[in-house]
Amino acid sequence: MPGVDSEKVIEIKNLSKKFKNILAVDGLDINVFRGDVFGFLGPNGAGKSTTIRMLVSLIFPSNGEIKIFGKSLNENKNFILKRIGAIVEKPDFYKTLTAFKNLEILGRLSGCDTSKKRIMEILDVVGLADRAKSKVKTYSHGMKQRLGIAQALIHDPELIILDEPTTGLDPQGMKDIRDLILHLSSELKKTIFLSSHILHEVQLVANRMIIINKGKKIVEGSVNDLLNAKSLEVEIKVDDAGKSEEILKSCKPELKVNQLNEITLKLSVAENEIPELNKILVDAGRQVFSIVPKNSLEEYFLDLTEKDGNVHNN
Amino acid sequence: MFTIISIELYKIFRKLRTYISFGTIGLLGILILIAMLVEGKGYIDMATHKLKDSFSFVGNFLNGYLIGYLVLNTLTIHIPFLITLVAGDMLAGEATAGTYRLLLSRPVSRSNVLASKFIAGLIFTFLLIFFLAFVSLGLGLIVFGTGELIVFRPENLVILTSNDVLWRFLLAYLFAFLSMSVITALAFLFSSLVENAIGPIVATMAVVIVFLILANLDFGFLKYLKPYLFTNYMTTWNTLFDNPVDFSEFIKACRILALHVAGLYGVTWFLFRKRDILT
Repeated sequence: MPGVDSEKVIEIKNLSKKFKNILAVDGLDINVFRGDVFGFLGPNGAGKSTTIRMLVSLIFPSNGEIKIFGKSLNENKNFILKRIGAIVEKPDFYKTLTAFKNLEILGRLSGCDTSKKRIMEILDVVGLADRAKSKVKTYSHGMKQRLGIAQALIHDPELIILDEPTTGLDPQGMKDIRDLILHLSSELKKTIFLSSHILHEVQLVANRMIIINKGKKIVEGSVNDLLNAKSLEVEIKVDDAGKSEEILKSCKPELKVNQLNEITLKLSVAENEIPELNKILVDAGRQVFSIVPKNSLEEYFLDLTEKDGNVHNN
Repeated sequence: MFTIISIELYKIFRKLRTYISFGTIGLLGILILIAMLVEGKGYIDMATHKLKDSFSFVGNFLNGYLIGYLVLNTLTIHIPFLITLVAGDMLAGEATAGTYRLLLSRPVSRSNVLASKFIAGLIFTFLLIFFLAFVSLGLGLIVFGTGELIVFRPENLVILTSNDVLWRFLLAYLFAFLSMSVITALAFLFSSLVENAIGPIVATMAVVIVFLILANLDFGFLKYLKPYLFTNYMTTWNTLFDNPVDFSEFIKACRILALHVAGLYGVTWFLFRKRDILT
């Protein structure tokens, strides 16, 4: 499900990056549409940060092409970077300067409004207005992450690239960032390219996603389609797992049922088959205490990356 | 580019190490002034006592010009270290702090970032030399007043009248700025190659020290090496205090040093513009 008007904001074709003998990114193709919150997933070392560094011209591709806003990044770097805000890996700043001064410097480099009003407005968005005059070296990790988002927003970019923005944050901090991403997307109509290995985060905010591993695309598509394409893993707690397994296998021989312990079964099943399974067990006199779906993006992700090499498109 | 230069200057003058350089020069200047106030007469007598049998010395030889000249003589060895403290940190410091990512993902070309940083480094170098001039020549003139400048050479003694000295100092300080710009450019090049400022500082000082030693070893194949060592030209400002001045040697040294600045900056630019930023 592409973004609102299907205009490609990022178009990456056959992108590769080789460091000496290591192929960090290997023939990657990505399309991000205007209005997308695009999840960019992969395990550590998959090539996510290398790709993001190429998107903001910190490193140069060995092969392939990057187009952003329909223009070649190689030939229109300044035009493109003026319209991009990015956090690349951990947020580092000029530590002996205040948050205000850091934003003023970075805003001036971006050629945007660096009036006191504008800077305080952005600091207010990320909840740091009351610490504007504190030196960054006194900031906690979470505050630096928020300041990282502030510097990415200072010049009001159309595309925001966030590289693992919730790393090291506590649950409240993670929720704040998630809410901010949703606000940027739904209220301010920004296109967001979100890299993360906390897959649950992507599931909660992204409409489309790609999973990469070892520099290659594993799967790309809408988050909902990708999750629904796969049958659900469920755990069923019953009074007698052994007897329940026999009942289910006799009624549905195609089901793969595993007995985890005396009262728990694990099986893979289509979502619309769950009520039927429940009825079979109850009709056979078994007591069903709970049926809990265990499927998540995490498991989906692990499943795909373990099978590495099979490329899917949804 | 003016915006980036002003930002870079702001960053330079927010760092403590910048003031270490100015503080050291200030201290050096003041110590020499105090030493001259206490022992200056004795120094002049000691330097001229052999000649007193043949000549009669009349006038104020212990003056601001002499202080300025003595301090300028410390330039080759000591000031480079103070310059590398800042110039060696200009690019490597961004790598260490992780701020390359912020800086180079902005809509500014790498060439502009590099040029702005280098110009800011040159401005710092100029200000350091200017400060050196102030604390030595300036304060020296305030404390000791003007007079003839007596210059001791191994083979002769040069005495310059007070109205014939100031232009020589002006050119000498400009030359000092040029020769220290080579140090700035060298430290800047090393700074672009690594991710820690200690490396460029040590490497630059190592080059200066090795070149100075080689320049003093005047035998064998080493004497053929001498014309290619930039440190060999860094003391050419001394020719400005000859009478008459050999301008051809002075201009040649200026050209060679300027070529070094341009060459070192060119190499830095070539390597930096396509360098992958991995910090």
